[in-house]
Amino acid sequence: MRAVVTVAGTDRKGVIAEVSAFLAAKNVNILDVSQTILGGRFAMVMIVDISEASETLALLAEHASALGKEIGMDIRLQHADLFDAMHTV
Amino acid sequence: MLNRNQILETVEMVEKEHLDIRTVTMGISILSCTRETAEKTAAAVYDCVMKRAEKLVPTAQALSLEYGIPIVNKRVSVTPVSLVCAAFPEESGLVGRALDRVAKELGIDFLGGYSALIHKGTADYEAKFLQTIPAVLAETERLCASVNVGSSRSGINMDAVGEMGRIVKETAALTAERGGIGCCKLVVFCNAVEDNPFMAGAFHGVGEADTVVNVGVSGPGVVQHALKFVPGADLTDAAEVIKRTAFKITRAGQLIAKEAASRLGARFGIVDLSLAPTPARGDSVAHILEELGLETVGCHGTTAALALLNDAVKKGGVMASSRVGGLSGAFIPVSEDIGMIESAERGMIGLDKLEAMTCVCSVGLDMIAIPGDTPASTISAIIADEAAIGMVNNKTTAVRVIPVPGKKVGDEVQFGGLLGRAPVMPVHPGDASKFIGRGGLIPAPIHSFKN
Repeated sequence: MRAVVTVAGTDRKGVIAEVSAFLAAKNVNILDVSQTILGGRFAMVMIVDISEASETLALLAEHASALGKEIGMDIRLQHADLFDAMHTV
Repeated sequence: MLNRNQILETVEMVEKEHLDIRTVTMGISILSCTRETAEKTAAAVYDCVMKRAEKLVPTAQALSLEYGIPIVNKRVSVTPVSLVCAAFPEESGLVGRALDRVAKELGIDFLGGYSALIHKGTADYEAKFLQTIPAVLAETERLCASVNVGSSRSGINMDAVGEMGRIVKETAALTAERGGIGCCKLVVFCNAVEDNPFMAGAFHGVGEADTVVNVGVSGPGVVQHALKFVPGADLTDAAEVIKRTAFKITRAGQLIAKEAASRLGARFGIVDLSLAPTPARGDSVAHILEELGLETVGCHGTTAALALLNDAVKKGGVMASSRVGGLSGAFIPVSEDIGMIESAERGMIGLDKLEAMTCVCSVGLDMIAIPGDTPASTISAIIADEAAIGMVNNKTTAVRVIPVPGKKVGDEVQFGGLLGRAPVMPVHPGDASKFIGRGGLIPAPIHSFKN
């Protein structure tokens, strides 16, 4: 099962490392990463595989959001089907 | 493969533009719950709905977390209670109160179906059932009632229309200390639909399966935001933008509806393609119309703009869902839409314009506060006018007006939450009591004979 991780906030060093470490600790595999600076703000989108994750999608989503608060970024982890549904016919 | 911009667009829709699933509504048939007494029937209804809706709230919460999209309301609709209580109509309130208890215990926001379908005639048990509505709505919090008084096939039951004017007044009187809030939970329909997920008019039709899941989407803010990017576009192009946006919104609803139905062991019913506003800024249907170029909603041009919006929402939505239904259109509840509230406060929109708007959109004169001393016959006449629009145009129309006890034109009433606040609007002073007092049935229009 795939999920989408989006990370947004003020750019600083180490954000990718922190998010990747969180995902690795949960046994989540990163499939695709795209990161840019939009108007001075850090914006990253990851497609991840959570088939072998150590916890459920709902828990992962909660923990990702909590990590975001901890490191001062907005982090969302969502089922990829939502994006597929909205953007493909 | 998804691209970054598409993903960020969706995230922005949820975070900044109020994209949400307005409601996941579980429709439950309680026809099999009728027993020999009202007490036993109420107990059977309680057990039945408790069992089937038990997982509704936790399932919706889990879906919301997993997909990262808010699900604002979790609701239940049941078979019209008048049918279940036909043998002891005066005691229908027992079932109504049992349903309200279920809603409170399961954390369900609203439960609809304290309803009667009397579009061609009022049976004796239904006449008695109607009399229970005001007290039941005053004693309950989450229960919603609806009455269908007309249809394009049958005409308008004017005896029922006359009665409903009195019922609305009595409901307001019994909840006078709360601004007549009982009337916020009572809607009078023409051409009521059996699979509506929205309140106060949701009930589970007798033609439906045992348990179904219907979903209502939302997202006026998303549509308004999309239109901001095309300020100079002509109306053909603007309609295209609305269609594309409605498609995306509805796809989210379809996904949640199918997943919710599967997890709840119910059938996927329909996605209702409505744009439902809330009193929050940035979540207004009125502001979409203003984005199209109107100075303020209610000015000349409003009906045309609304017709365009309503049609584009349907065309985009139909493509996005395997089954659509319910009311499907733009809602224009006055107290629940900040653009409507502000326009009404400035006297820029009134009942006449709102009535014209209901000719081209769903659903009707909705959440409108009127003076507390409005005669019952005038409320009946408002209902009759609206029902006539629905009957002749083969569409659902409804009236949910609140004659606010003790308030007059210019006063304001606060209902709170999604129900919002409303300035009291004037009604025409002329007397329609003789017309309403005639009773009988307004015959169905000639174009209803299609067989």
